[in-house]
Amino acid sequence: MRPEEDRGARLRRLRWHCRRALLELDLVFQRFWRQAGDDLNDSDAAALERLLELEDHDLWELASGRRDTDDPQLRGIVERLRQA
Amino acid sequence: MKITKRTFDAVIVGAGGAGLRAALQLSESGLKTAVLTKVFPTRSHTVAAQGGVAASLGNSEEDHWHWHMYDTVKGSDWLGDQDAIEFMCRKANEVVIELEHYGMPFDRTDAGKIYQRPFGGHMSNFGEKPVRRSCAAADRTGHAMLHALYQRNVRANTQFFVEWMALDLIRDAEGEVLGVTALEMETGEIVAFQSKATIFATGGAGRIYHSSTNAFINTGDGLGMAARAGIPLEDMEFWQFHPTGVAGAGVLITEGVRGEGGILRNSSGERFMERYAPNAKDLASRDVVSRAMVTEINEGRGCGPNKDFVLLDITHLDPKVIMQRLPGIREISIQFAGTDPIKEPIPVVPTCHYQMGGIPTNYSGQVVAPRGSSMSVAVPGFYAAGECACASVHGANRLGTNSLLDLLVFGKSAGETAVEDVKKSTKAHKDLPQEAIERTLERINRLDTQRDGAGVHESRLAMQRTMQNHCGVFRFADKLKEGVSKILDVQKDVQRTVIKDKSKVFNTARIEALELENLIEVAVATMISAEARKESRGAHVRDDAPDTAERPNGRDDQNWLKHTLWFKEGNRLDYKSVKLTPLTVPTIELKKRAY
Repeated sequence: MRPEEDRGARLRRLRWHCRRALLELDLVFQRFWRQAGDDLNDSDAAALERLLELEDHDLWELASGRRDTDDPQLRGIVERLRQA
Repeated sequence: MKITKRTFDAVIVGAGGAGLRAALQLSESGLKTAVLTKVFPTRSHTVAAQGGVAASLGNSEEDHWHWHMYDTVKGSDWLGDQDAIEFMCRKANEVVIELEHYGMPFDRTDAGKIYQRPFGGHMSNFGEKPVRRSCAAADRTGHAMLHALYQRNVRANTQFFVEWMALDLIRDAEGEVLGVTALEMETGEIVAFQSKATIFATGGAGRIYHSSTNAFINTGDGLGMAARAGIPLEDMEFWQFHPTGVAGAGVLITEGVRGEGGILRNSSGERFMERYAPNAKDLASRDVVSRAMVTEINEGRGCGPNKDFVLLDITHLDPKVIMQRLPGIREISIQFAGTDPIKEPIPVVPTCHYQMGGIPTNYSGQVVAPRGSSMSVAVPGFYAAGECACASVHGANRLGTNSLLDLLVFGKSAGETAVEDVKKSTKAHKDLPQEAIERTLERINRLDTQRDGAGVHESRLAMQRTMQNHCGVFRFADKLKEGVSKILDVQKDVQRTVIKDKSKVFNTARIEALELENLIEVAVATMISAEARKESRGAHVRDDAPDTAERPNGRDDQNWLKHTLWFKEGNRLDYKSVKLTPLTVPTIELKKRAY
């Protein structure tokens, strides 16, 4: 989270960062937000923030289930993406 | 109202392949260069390009730029400008080797040279047999290209404005382009970027269609800005489609699925391709398959509650074959169609992939528009490259791997021309006309104050459905005519969209409303240009312009061998001739496009 950023602004920033280079990811994140809405808690938001640092192709491999993550902080959010 | 002004020698809008290549040219020449981009540069849609970049290096077998040029002219169905095509094909080796020196990890031959593979439409000896011309970095060519170019730009001190959306061109009364207005997403602040050279590299607008392979960022922002500033859009009726995209999602199902034995079926389960192509059946060429699918849907034999898709069936294949040879397709189908193709067929429709038309330019990357008696006069201070531009090298149909080449060659060329122009200009920056800035502020103010109106999501969906149903891969005179009136109705809604969220910080609702204002310009331009072109050529295929002995493939060179120019003001159309004279070689003469 950035200094002085309120929760609403943080979620809106994260939503924008879910605009990706690949359509597949745009669609996965669109569904994810429809389900998660603004209910994302701070630790989910922090995990999502880290996930969004990944390159698009790597992110798609995780979201599509082709690859798993060995990062415990990311496991939960990856699972939610797959279920979305 | 007064807004902050920032001054640069050059401002580039868009940080995909074309924008980064142009920026590099400017920064390395010592000019103060800004790049504005909605998303982080390496998340631009260039990332999605897998196929490779075409160059007649001849590393695997004999090749020549002239053969590449022939293939590109033929691929364009003779609508491409032959001077620009010669320029691009001759420059290909240079820009690819440059990229290699920037650290691009191309696949290699055992001898250490760039490995080249064959790709559809690329042939040796003027169409004789397939040639290995595509240079790739595994299946991540676009991604690797962006990284190499981005790193190089960082080294050259290019100044990046990430998460900034350009809103309008600033043009003065003489028509000179003096920069852009832009929105900083993090603060909601509007800033004027003043520059001596403004380069658009904003990519395509594939999101005008309901079914599209394009990422959500591809909203044709550059085209919208150019159209609002009085610049025409060229050849907007030409869009490349893939026959099989997941219905409702647009995600591409590779043609390899039909290669492995996939069968297309209609609502009664019939293998309908047997009627349209008795020999090739489901393996017929892209256009034949797309046309058959659309005909089935139009004649009421589509599937689903709205009868708006057909089925791609691979349930008869051994599950082992699907798992081994088509694993990605199974993932995509489960994710986006909700069906496991081992058990159930995949719902598919033709899906929009690439925009051949765009902002008219010459091969130097200058934006050109009619002025006085000439149809192509350079607009001072304005340049464009990549998918948003129309040089025109793709004409009516693009060859695979020529899009990455386009953005390297014309990104560099636009950058070089801008460097020359800025360096020879001795004058200070001109004052920015307040009227141009007010136009942006009025658009923002309307969104901030609009209380009742149309929803952004609903209006976008109406636009996408109208484009898909009335101006898709296979076109009908009556549907196009009806489409023109429908899309103009949607445009009225877009002018009165309302957003609930009026906040400033990362207001994605406002950004989407502004993007829709750009998309609708492209949609209107496409529909009107397509309705008017009464022939079939390349990707523009009309039911009432069929293949005849007199007009093979429905192409009518006598009346329609010309570029369309659509002007926003009054939705006026004009036409300009195709440049049939190359730079140094003889004209590639007109003939039937057949493979």
